[in-house]
Amino acid sequence: MWCENTGNNMSSAVSEASKPEQPLRTLDIVNAGLAKRYRAERRFRRLGLAAIIASLAFLSMLFTDIFWKGHTAFRQTFIQMNIVFDPELIDKENLAAADYNGLIRKALEREFPEVSGRGDRRELNQIVSPGAAFILQEQLRDNPDLIGQTLPLWVPANDDVDMLMKGHIDRYAPEDERRLSDKQLAWLNRFEEQNRIQKKFNKTFFTAGDSREPELAGIWGATVGSLYTLFVTLLLSFPIGVATAVYLEEFAPKNRWTDIIEVNINNLAAVPSIVFGLLGLAVFLNLFGMPRSAPTVGGLVLTLMTLPTIIIAGRAALKSVPPSIREAALSIGASKMQMVTHHVLPLAMPGMLTGTIIGMAQALGETAPLLMIGMVAFIVDIPGSFTDPSTVLPVQIYLWADSPERAFVERTSAAIMVLLVFLIAMNAVAVYLRKKFERRW
Amino acid sequence: MIKKLIPLTAAVALLASLGSVQAQSSRDYISIVGSSTVYPFATVVAEQFGKTTANKTPKIESTGSGGGFKLFCAGVGVEHPDITNSSRAIKSSEIETCKKNGVAEIVEVKIGYDGIVLANSKKTDAMQLTLKDIFLALAKEVPDPKGGKTLVPNPYKTWKDVNPDLPDRKIEVLGPPPTSGTRDAFVELAMEGGGQMIDSIKAMKKEDEKRFTAVCHTIREDGHYIEAGENDNLIVQKLEANSEAVGIFGFSFLDQNTDKVQGALVDGVQPTFAAIAEGKYPISRPLFFYVKKAHAEVIPGMREYLSEFTSEKAWGPDGYLTDKGMIPMPEKERKKFAENVKNLTPIQ
Repeated sequence: MWCENTGNNMSSAVSEASKPEQPLRTLDIVNAGLAKRYRAERRFRRLGLAAIIASLAFLSMLFTDIFWKGHTAFRQTFIQMNIVFDPELIDKENLAAADYNGLIRKALEREFPEVSGRGDRRELNQIVSPGAAFILQEQLRDNPDLIGQTLPLWVPANDDVDMLMKGHIDRYAPEDERRLSDKQLAWLNRFEEQNRIQKKFNKTFFTAGDSREPELAGIWGATVGSLYTLFVTLLLSFPIGVATAVYLEEFAPKNRWTDIIEVNINNLAAVPSIVFGLLGLAVFLNLFGMPRSAPTVGGLVLTLMTLPTIIIAGRAALKSVPPSIREAALSIGASKMQMVTHHVLPLAMPGMLTGTIIGMAQALGETAPLLMIGMVAFIVDIPGSFTDPSTVLPVQIYLWADSPERAFVERTSAAIMVLLVFLIAMNAVAVYLRKKFERRW
Repeated sequence: MIKKLIPLTAAVALLASLGSVQAQSSRDYISIVGSSTVYPFATVVAEQFGKTTANKTPKIESTGSGGGFKLFCAGVGVEHPDITNSSRAIKSSEIETCKKNGVAEIVEVKIGYDGIVLANSKKTDAMQLTLKDIFLALAKEVPDPKGGKTLVPNPYKTWKDVNPDLPDRKIEVLGPPPTSGTRDAFVELAMEGGGQMIDSIKAMKKEDEKRFTAVCHTIREDGHYIEAGENDNLIVQKLEANSEAVGIFGFSFLDQNTDKVQGALVDGVQPTFAAIAEGKYPISRPLFFYVKKAHAEVIPGMREYLSEFTSEKAWGPDGYLTDKGMIPMPEKERKKFAENVKNLTPIQ
């Protein structure tokens, strides 16, 4: 405000004083346009601020939406059942072959003796997850003395029951518009009255592999797959990337060939990732005959993808080391290699590590190139080696997002949250390394 | 210096180990590829099989029917898949490719049916469509409404334009893209079926079959049909937000979302489990998987997986696959295909 006023006053004062045919001075022109220039600057600043606010709003909308949809997935509905480990149904010598589903069916029958008829029994059995049998099996394996005893056990409820308890299914909707029948609701109410249906921490989500039953599905399989894949990527891309950057920056002669290489590296960084997947399919699978869906191949493909990022970041880090360091090292008799390994590389390392971590974070979020090499697959067993079939976190999210079961919606969002935590952690490490070790000149 | 060498040597060691990976001579899990429509059913069987037997859980990739056959027919040997799922029958050209690559004996197994539904939001009334309405609303070229034999670019903007009995709502259909098997089945069953209801198009079938197929298989591209991607959940969400729109997707998604969307009646038949199973609902298609006979004795667990899939507790009328939305076959067909699987009878 103040500037504007003085500007106006000054210009009017000057123009009055110089009424007679004095030539227009530069100062007058500047003063006349001053208010407009100030306005333009304020407009520019406001636009910038609006852009930031808009992007923050979108980001927070995204986060709230994911959190809102996903936070319920960390809890799972369990039903307490009085299981009788009937010696007649269990063969002591062969625990794996026992009919554990039968034990659960029997427990439900004792709970609701009035239920008869095949259809009703079927509906009754549907309120408990098909995975409950595995919990009994585990219990008995850990403690075979349970045979003959009665034990109150918390077993996971079916996904539809889980959705009802979390309010994703409307209890008061007409019967044909919800996936639970009136009878099933009545049975569940009985459990609720006795406080035997509860939401507990969903451990399965963090310890299990994929499953087609939402209540049994977990992200551990995909997480392990991601770790294997990223390990291979890091092991290959970091040394190759750093060596390339060092050679190009410190040793390579500056001629047309190195220019061509540089342009190509910059271009590769912008190539869509699916192209690397196609390359991986053609070279690693078809030419070298490596196994499909293996983390090794995934790691190789992602290495191709992250290499340009690491090389570009590495070269930028090397460039920022002042030439005086190099000259000083050379002047006291260091060889060129000693100069690089003793002085330049340690100083450039924080920048290179930052670039590597950002490249890794990119690789962690990638699905498209993995599609071509068969890592978009349904895999239940947790991968145990670099050649076992496996999948990765973003692929797991993609597969769940495409599943018809309602309960996968919240699990999709929960898996996104886990992936985001990994990404934020990796970027935080990058920021920390930069802050701690970076030297400024 | 030495610190730098550690990752380098590790990388070299890893590359060396990759060399040994190449010489992969056996595989102890079943490898399955193919249709994304069969994927939700095959995965349930695979999981059940993995948990109840001593075998590893099969690996199932969702590559689409066409992509599945391409991988399946590439050859015999552990690096090639053992089974491919498909939402359509194998084409003779694909059998040829298979033969050329040494895959001589293929066992065909039909597993059940899947309905394709046209659904809209529960906030409005259910639509009552005929196949003819569907054709007229979605084909790129339709017979001139003013009469005559010529085909004109689809002029219809609202459902009422198509058929005065239909509501006065803009035609806005969210459906699968051309790469999808659902789209293939939809144009084959609904659009061709609708074309046959119109005399001039029906006559074309006799005169110029290629032209007939082209007319029926080409869906309008003027914004009234919106390709919504392969994700059917997304279509359901969009229908919820926009009560004017109609979506095309598989029956299992309707089954899971009965509180949000409702299926349109097609030729007076509601898309229900019973109607599709009895073959009354016109837009339903068979689902298949194909087995490489040469692999059946080599890959551990193949026989058990096949018998699990073809057991009554899986594909029967009360089986767990029906819980996931698959429509079972009549008993006679089930018996026939179970017998085929048992004897591994290849396609002639």
